[in-house]
Amino acid sequence: MSERAKGLNRQQMCDRLAMEFEDGWIVNLGIGIPTLCSNFDFGDKQIIFHSENGVIGYGPLAPPGKEDLHLVNAGGQHVTLRPGAAIVHHADSFAMIRGGRIDVTVLGAYEVAENGDFANWRMAGQPGGGIGGAMDLAACAKHVFIAMEHQTRDGKPRLVERCALPPTARGVVNLVVTNLGLFEITKQGTTLREIAPGVTVDEVTATTGCNLIIPREVPTVRRTGG
Amino acid sequence: MMEQQDKHRGSGMGAKSKIYASFDEAVRDIPDGATLGFGGFAVVGMPINLYQAVAKQGAKRLTCVSNSTRGGATLPADAPDMGQIIKNGQVNKVICAFTAPTRASQRLVLTEYVEKGLIEAELTPQGTLAERMRAAGAGIPAFYTPAAVGTELAEGRETRMFNGREYLLEYALPLDYAFIRAYQADEAGNLRFRRSQRNFNPIMAMAARVTVVEVEEDILPVGAIDPDDVHTAGVFVHRLVKIPPPPEGWWPQRPGSIAQ
Repeated sequence: MSERAKGLNRQQMCDRLAMEFEDGWIVNLGIGIPTLCSNFDFGDKQIIFHSENGVIGYGPLAPPGKEDLHLVNAGGQHVTLRPGAAIVHHADSFAMIRGGRIDVTVLGAYEVAENGDFANWRMAGQPGGGIGGAMDLAACAKHVFIAMEHQTRDGKPRLVERCALPPTARGVVNLVVTNLGLFEITKQGTTLREIAPGVTVDEVTATTGCNLIIPREVPTVRRTGG
Repeated sequence: MMEQQDKHRGSGMGAKSKIYASFDEAVRDIPDGATLGFGGFAVVGMPINLYQAVAKQGAKRLTCVSNSTRGGATLPADAPDMGQIIKNGQVNKVICAFTAPTRASQRLVLTEYVEKGLIEAELTPQGTLAERMRAAGAGIPAFYTPAAVGTELAEGRETRMFNGREYLLEYALPLDYAFIRAYQADEAGNLRFRRSQRNFNPIMAMAARVTVVEVEEDILPVGAIDPDDVHTAGVFVHRLVKIPPPPEGWWPQRPGSIAQ
């Protein structure tokens, strides 16, 4: 089985979402694919990365051998601190989240529904789950972006009419990037905004489990500087 | 049920000393059925030595509260985490933000016990978990949060509309004991944490009737920490144990030095 046949790789997916971050935004990146957003070159934009464990303003990963064993991000990665960073405890960190200070959270997902529901905490047949901070973030961040592969490993769509898995939050997702393109979710439904290079609209619709609004013109996924 | 007065005193620090000579002494009085909080996040600030002491102490029917039940990449291979207390049959219930592995390749000790019906696992969103303990420490019995509204976790539970938005009722989570790890402490129990070591630790200290701290640096004389620099006031701290150097004490290991 090929790991991923077509379209964008994971870094390109995250680069496209990171392009949407605005100057001064406070950004929370979920575990897994979303962490790659921090590799994007933001140029003159000031982006502050918030981590659930109370690290506000973290920077790139520490080089091997230079890790500070007292400092990790929410994914357990040994990060560095940027000038101006601040540390708070967990209750204050989530006060920032529920208090509406987080401009965007980028999360991974198993499924995203056309009504903006998404599921990312429990797989089918599994007892228990791994919620972490995702329910707090999804309910309270000003924007919720999702980065995920377009299909499951067995070729099932992840963009669906209604989530079959238990949702993390209802009606919150704004923007989804997959290897096949960029999708915007509004009250009208899910719109294909941009398409990955080398991918056809038919290929996207055939692998999508919900109705897609296809504008007359669907540009190729925007790249840095383009 | 619990002794409010500390009977076991440390090494010659006087009647009111919070310093204990060993982890075993500091956990000796945990009764069966107690609710224990274990701080730490991805090994940083995780009370590795106190996990071991609780496992040795052997109290049963425990409710254990923590972000997750497993350590992480920098935990030495044979070091204890909550998994050891679970394997000992000491745990009735866990309250965590993670009760299943985050990767298909991982296995949790907890999973087998939950599947056999031996342990109840209460899954709680991470911010709700933190706030439930903060509320307990702050004398607030319950609160409403937007987290988990509309999800399986909210089924059958009380919600209420405020300003046109739905919120879920959550109850405070008081602890009998908090086990935490700090960078510095003075003899009065004032604590400082380093970098992301703070995480759940100050909140668990507030929520607990007895807070036991494993301390990384030598315990400082009273007055050595500037009052402005104290992260957790000694009011919330009852017992301090200095962590011995390895191999006697447990310390996180640099990622490269752990055999994969």
